[in-house]
Amino acid sequence: MIHRVLLATLALAGLALGATGCVDPRSHANAVYMMVDDSGTYVHEVGKAKLIVNYLLGTLQPGDTLAVAKLRSRSFTEKDIIAKATFDVRPSEANSQKRAFRDKVAASLSNVSGSAYTDITGGLIQGAEFLNETGAGTKTIIIFSDMQEDLDKVTVRNFPIKLNNIRVIAVNVTKLNTDNIDPRRYLGRLEAWQKRVEAAGASQWKVINNIERLDGIFANS
Amino acid sequence: MMELRNWMIWPDDPLLSGLVLIAIAMLALYAARMPMHGLIRSAGLALSGPLRLGARWLFGVALDMKMRNKAVLLAQGRREAGQRIEREFERIGMLVTRDLQGYPTLQRRLLEEITRVEEDYKKCGEVPPPPPDWIDAVAAVAKIKTGGGEVVQKILEDIRTSIAGIHDKALAEYRRAYQARHSILEGFMPHWRSLDKMMKQVEKSMAGLQASASTVDAHMDAYKEIAAASDKAESVLTHSAFTQFVSAFLVMAVALGGAFVNFKLIALPMSEMVGASDYLTSSLRTSEVAALVIILVEASMGLFLMESLRITHLFPRIANLEDRMRRRMVWISLALLVTLGCVEAALALMRDTLIADKQALLQSLATVPAAANEGLLGRIPTAGQMILGFILPLALAFVAVPLESFIHSARAVGGALLVNLVRSAAFLLRLLGNIARQGSRALLHAYDVLIVLPLLAERVLRSARGRESVPAQRAVDAPEKIATTF
Repeated sequence: MIHRVLLATLALAGLALGATGCVDPRSHANAVYMMVDDSGTYVHEVGKAKLIVNYLLGTLQPGDTLAVAKLRSRSFTEKDIIAKATFDVRPSEANSQKRAFRDKVAASLSNVSGSAYTDITGGLIQGAEFLNETGAGTKTIIIFSDMQEDLDKVTVRNFPIKLNNIRVIAVNVTKLNTDNIDPRRYLGRLEAWQKRVEAAGASQWKVINNIERLDGIFANS
Repeated sequence: MMELRNWMIWPDDPLLSGLVLIAIAMLALYAARMPMHGLIRSAGLALSGPLRLGARWLFGVALDMKMRNKAVLLAQGRREAGQRIEREFERIGMLVTRDLQGYPTLQRRLLEEITRVEEDYKKCGEVPPPPPDWIDAVAAVAKIKTGGGEVVQKILEDIRTSIAGIHDKALAEYRRAYQARHSILEGFMPHWRSLDKMMKQVEKSMAGLQASASTVDAHMDAYKEIAAASDKAESVLTHSAFTQFVSAFLVMAVALGGAFVNFKLIALPMSEMVGASDYLTSSLRTSEVAALVIILVEASMGLFLMESLRITHLFPRIANLEDRMRRRMVWISLALLVTLGCVEAALALMRDTLIADKQALLQSLATVPAAANEGLLGRIPTAGQMILGFILPLALAFVAVPLESFIHSARAVGGALLVNLVRSAAFLLRLLGNIARQGSRALLHAYDVLIVLPLLAERVLRSARGRESVPAQRAVDAPEKIATTF
């Protein structure tokens, strides 16, 4: 008789625990903001950006958020966002959204007109704002660029930025002609960005040049 | 090294310094021998005493637990044996009702058959009519000499002809009588067969009754053993409990595997209902918990069904319900179970659709399109999933039976294991107590080994003193002896 009572108590305790607040309040959703550089010679790399977007669409789960934006001369604006979507919690609906997203991005990236300058910092600020608004548990900014920032004389970006709890991943960072002359320029550029991003409070900085190994985008190390 | 030199009395002569230090230490230890012995002895007692006390207490507890386990086990065994006997009596009752209630009819039929057979037998016994008396006359006539007379010849011919006719008639009569008897005998056969069949039926019923009586006897013997609380009964019940525990555990493990497959079938489609982005813990989605809850509800319904059918007896209240209510409960739980099975079949179909949709999306995202797998081969997994989705909840319902065995046998098995655990702990404590006691004795001897030289000196001094005191005593005693002599 005692064991029956014990069993019943355990079952009730489990139910009560489940009903009264055992629910994990943290968000487990992923939010990804991808910036695509279409300036200068990098405009030829835009085709690869589609592959990355497709990879993200195949990997992200229902409830996750994805936004793709272009890096323009001044990128701190919502106008540069090509497509954005928070996928529905129902898998079937999320799949439909992903198809629409894929089509929209493919259409936008197929006719790019190269911008004169590249405002990576503005894009980072815009991306951080967007990601913070989603309230996602894991926030990631993907920069599809050669990481060569080029600003006009009017644009001001030399101030500290905030990227708290945001992972920043630079993908397909191609080498410039000048980098080939002096590789220290390339390494120095990456190092400078790492310092800046980490100083801004980013949780992780990563460079992925091999687009065959995109699984590293969501890996934590 | 420097520190060691600091201890040297004569740093330049370490040997001498060491010897002197050892001698001083020996003397100090010798001086402290009595209190040190007392200290070691007390420490040994202080350690071994509580340990041995604890061991004794644990042995007592183990004994109490064993007695209690035995009482519970015997009570459980008595109840089960009682139920078995009750069921056997019910079976015998049914047999008796089924077979013996037809016995008056059977007896009447038997008597009728026997009477009929007797009558027929009597009919068979009737002797055919004997040959008529004129046979002798005919024989006498036959002996008459004809003498060649035509008249006599004619008479005799007539007589022969009429006799032959009569003979043929009598023979035909005789044959008819035998034929009638044969046909009566032939008519016996169905009656004999019927009698044989009835007797075989009676024999079978009796054999069944005898077998049931033997089973009841065996159960009664077991019951008596249990009632007498014999060690044999306890041993048999414990063994039976262990067997039940292991077999129930294995069956439940298999059922757990089935539940896991079931879970996999419905976890993904449940995300379509409750959403895929809510988490209960860092790795447990709400949809997975919902799927788990559905499986648990199915198991509960199965449990209620088994309880209502009186196959299991985990909830006495359900078993004690009046029959009408119990039947209602059977139908309700069965209906819910079938409904849940249908829901699961639908979810399994949805799962397949979702996976196909996801696959199509991934293929459209991939650079190289994958080959399509359509046709009958592609439909087999869908059908299989649907069938599994429907069958698994119904199959899981039967897990109530091993669950009951598991719970019942777990008390006996757990109790026996706990007794062994307590006994092992008691043994360990006793061992530690003995080690402490013997260790203190060993330490006493070791202490004496360290101060062996002063002890030797003491012994020598004592023996010398003893030798001196003996002549002195003799000298003192001698005048007294002389005085007494005089």
